[in-house]
Amino acid sequence: MSQASMAASVPDPQPDPDATPATNTRSAGRFLYVSGVVLLCAWVIVPIYFLMINTLSSPETVNSFPKPFFPEFDLGSLTFFAGFAGMLSALKNSVLVAGMTMVMSIVIGAPAGYALSRFEFRGKGTFRLLILLTRAFPLPLLALPLAVMFIRTGLDDTALGLALVHTTLAIPFSVLITFSLFSGIPIELEEAAWTLGCTRLTAFQKVVLPLILPGITASAIFAFVISWNEVFAAAVLTIENRTLTAFLLQNLDTSPLHLKFAGGFILVVPALIFIFAVRKYLFAMWGIANR
Amino acid sequence: MTLFHKIAGAASGIAITCAGVAAQADILFWSTQANPVEESQAMREQVLAGFDDAVDYQSNEVGAWLTRFNAELQANSGSIGLLGALHGNFSAMNPDDLVDVGDLGMMSASGTFNDLAKIGTDQMQYMPWMQASYIMAANKDALQYLPEGADIDALSYDELIAWAANAHEAAGEPKFGFPAGPKGLKHRFFQGYLYPSYTNGVVRTFASDEAVTAWEKFRELWEHTNPGSTNFSFMQEQLLSGDAWIVFDHTSRLAQAFNERPDDFVAFPAPAGPAGRGFMPVLAGIAIPRTTPDMEASKALVEYMLKPETQIATLRATNFFPVVDVELPGDLPPSVQAAGAAVAKISGSADANPGLLPAGLGEKGGDFNRVFVDAFERIILARQDIRTVLDDQKTTLIEIMNETGAPCWAPDAPSEGACPVE
Amino acid sequence: MNARILPYVLILPVTLFLCVFFLYPFVLVAKQAFSTGACFTMENFREVTTYWKFPISMRNTLLLAAAVVPIQLALSLLMATMVTRMQKGRDLVLYIWTIPLGISDLAAGLIWLAIFEQSGFLNTMMNGLGVVDKPVNFLSYQHPGVVFLAIALAEIWRATAIMLVILVAGIGLIPKEYYEAAEVFGASPWKRFLRITLPMLRPSLQTALVLRVILAFEIFAVVAALGGTLFPVLMGETYAYQFDLLNSGAAAAMALIILAISIGFTLIILRVLRVPKGASI
Repeated sequence: MSQASMAASVPDPQPDPDATPATNTRSAGRFLYVSGVVLLCAWVIVPIYFLMINTLSSPETVNSFPKPFFPEFDLGSLTFFAGFAGMLSALKNSVLVAGMTMVMSIVIGAPAGYALSRFEFRGKGTFRLLILLTRAFPLPLLALPLAVMFIRTGLDDTALGLALVHTTLAIPFSVLITFSLFSGIPIELEEAAWTLGCTRLTAFQKVVLPLILPGITASAIFAFVISWNEVFAAAVLTIENRTLTAFLLQNLDTSPLHLKFAGGFILVVPALIFIFAVRKYLFAMWGIANR
Repeated sequence: MTLFHKIAGAASGIAITCAGVAAQADILFWSTQANPVEESQAMREQVLAGFDDAVDYQSNEVGAWLTRFNAELQANSGSIGLLGALHGNFSAMNPDDLVDVGDLGMMSASGTFNDLAKIGTDQMQYMPWMQASYIMAANKDALQYLPEGADIDALSYDELIAWAANAHEAAGEPKFGFPAGPKGLKHRFFQGYLYPSYTNGVVRTFASDEAVTAWEKFRELWEHTNPGSTNFSFMQEQLLSGDAWIVFDHTSRLAQAFNERPDDFVAFPAPAGPAGRGFMPVLAGIAIPRTTPDMEASKALVEYMLKPETQIATLRATNFFPVVDVELPGDLPPSVQAAGAAVAKISGSADANPGLLPAGLGEKGGDFNRVFVDAFERIILARQDIRTVLDDQKTTLIEIMNETGAPCWAPDAPSEGACPVE
Repeated sequence: MNARILPYVLILPVTLFLCVFFLYPFVLVAKQAFSTGACFTMENFREVTTYWKFPISMRNTLLLAAAVVPIQLALSLLMATMVTRMQKGRDLVLYIWTIPLGISDLAAGLIWLAIFEQSGFLNTMMNGLGVVDKPVNFLSYQHPGVVFLAIALAEIWRATAIMLVILVAGIGLIPKEYYEAAEVFGASPWKRFLRITLPMLRPSLQTALVLRVILAFEIFAVVAALGGTLFPVLMGETYAYQFDLLNSGAAAAMALIILAISIGFTLIILRVLRVPKGASI
């Protein structure tokens, strides 16, 4: 039933599979479902595949027309970056900053998300807007006063300083995502735990925390990729401790085409590895996982 | 909160360790030039490696570059030892923020450049560092469509239009390429090439009848211009891909095409109009911010950058030409040879009409460029009436000139006080 | 702990953090928008709103958001329901669908430019299939509609995953008992989606929409890559004021205008998709 049901949830007017439970409708639904999944996968992957072709092509091929549809495995563009001084330490800085951003945004953000979902308090609306403001104002404009502050306090050119800025960008995600997930957990569940002798804290630990693991994971993914892909603050606030993104992306726009693609590709890979590593935690413990 | 403190503490611990490892007494060379990755790399490995101290060459987009520099000024404490940028970037700065480099006992070989570097004060605000210009380039396959009797080294705008039209017809699609993209240097074409060639001026003649003719001619040329030009910022890409056969751009933005396929392309001078063959230099400079952590090292680096050997190494790395007198070696990359020859032909041509970089505009330099870019977008892209647009933009231009009080620069006739828009 | 103080204790870290790292620089920047020299003025706002490109960039930004966000919402809902019903390969499919998350907007612009440019992949494909006999110039000023479509496609490709991840995490929390009960009563799958999934997902939908809409008003890099100079947007104009014209007062004014629009739309979304305290049906 679950496969057929998908066909029906596509908002096209089509025969309701439950109304006419003939096998052919069912298999037609299944066909539609599978081809939908395949199509959407292709929609995501094909552009990435093009990026890969251009990365693994010689400069002549990148500029040629018609374009090839299979990479020729020319490693010239990639080896150029391999010889780039400081790539490894830039990579290390990027990972460090992204990691700190992840931890800080969750540790600081999640309690606020819980408060927003469970309590009515004065100033709640204002608080929520403040959180959102941070995402609605462009960082390159804020970078100047932040840089002045950092230079004065000695945070300038440290991984922590940059991570603090990136955390500001990631916090709206962590607060709002945890808020929406806490709101999705019936408060009765917690109350039941209280009546069974749990304190608010232990109830939270034993009942709620496992449930919002997917939300934590989602926030972590956002924090990581936001930090990973952020160029401007990284370029302004790090000098010797450059992140990989500031190192590569900043100058990508003005570089020859084949290096643009190779640089873009190099940046994408670590982010993809990270998402791959945490993807399974995106599913909640009881909803889907029990099915 | 305590957890946060622990993590923050641990994090800063890590950060400090890392900083400790990386901390060196490198001189930070903070630049907007040699921005493409392989040029930055060449700057580090071939140009700066020869300096006594270690130099950390960092090239950024102008936004990040400026933000960092301003932050250091405001905080009164800096790590930038040397700034590298275009004349326009320095002329927008407060002269007090840059150290006088006139007492180093050296300067460029060009008196004009040395004057420009004073930015209207009596001190050298920056040291001329390297120069370039704009040229035209074409695919050799397009040469067969040159109009009869046209000499590629002495083209007129009419001949260029005819050539582009022939190529358009032959290819079945427009093959002239123009860097009108977001990062393209289109405004320099209008300020240094089209206007001087037709009106013998830039500011005074902004809305003259000759200017109307110039824009009409450009409209004709645009008929044969690849309409994708609004996405083009580095014409080497379109030359290589064949999307454009005949192009105009900055010498360093054409370099890759010549270096990759030297036998396929030719470089040649910009065309001439009724008022001569307008052209304009590009001047980059180096300056010492007042917040430099090590004044002696900064000054030594300036001296090093102007040594003849360094200047030639810089030429190889960036395709920008020396500003001091040097004997150019014979084994330069194809891009440098092609561009050098084309620039020499422009300045040596009988009808040469050299222009200068806008001077005295201070931080209004960007607004000045926008006047020309807006005129282009309205006249060419939005197809508005030329006379109306020019009269409209003229008011903005007058405001800028009056506000800055900038006197005229070549090819405009000199003025007393602010350059008037006639 | 006292239930009246507890919420404030919980939001304290965030508040302190944002006051230092956001509010403080924000106030400094916002002050510039209202001043030229020392005195209070609205001159910066007048300057940016009377510039001839302002209405165009405003229209472009709003149109793009209006075209892109609803499609992304529908698409991410569809993808989220699809992936949760999957039995085999769920992890893999979800992973593939979230790949664009890891790609910065600059890189995404690069990829899509390689597809749409004249000597790009789309032309290669159409040429190979014989649909066109010579490459078409998609991104030209003669076809503003195509430029818009290209930008919208790239944006949908890049940023749908943001909503997808939030919705997938939220959908997982809906107790399966609801669905089982509905099935017992013979509710059709479409009805179950309308009556259970959508209402139960409201908190996540709200979050996903708000974040996505705010980000949509800040769109810049993808537009610059594909639209070139043809498609000015508010954020591009803001950067032009800040870094090309060195007019930080005008840039701050533009940014505040974008902020005001974002807040306006956020309030609307919050109102329409109000989330009750706790979750109940």
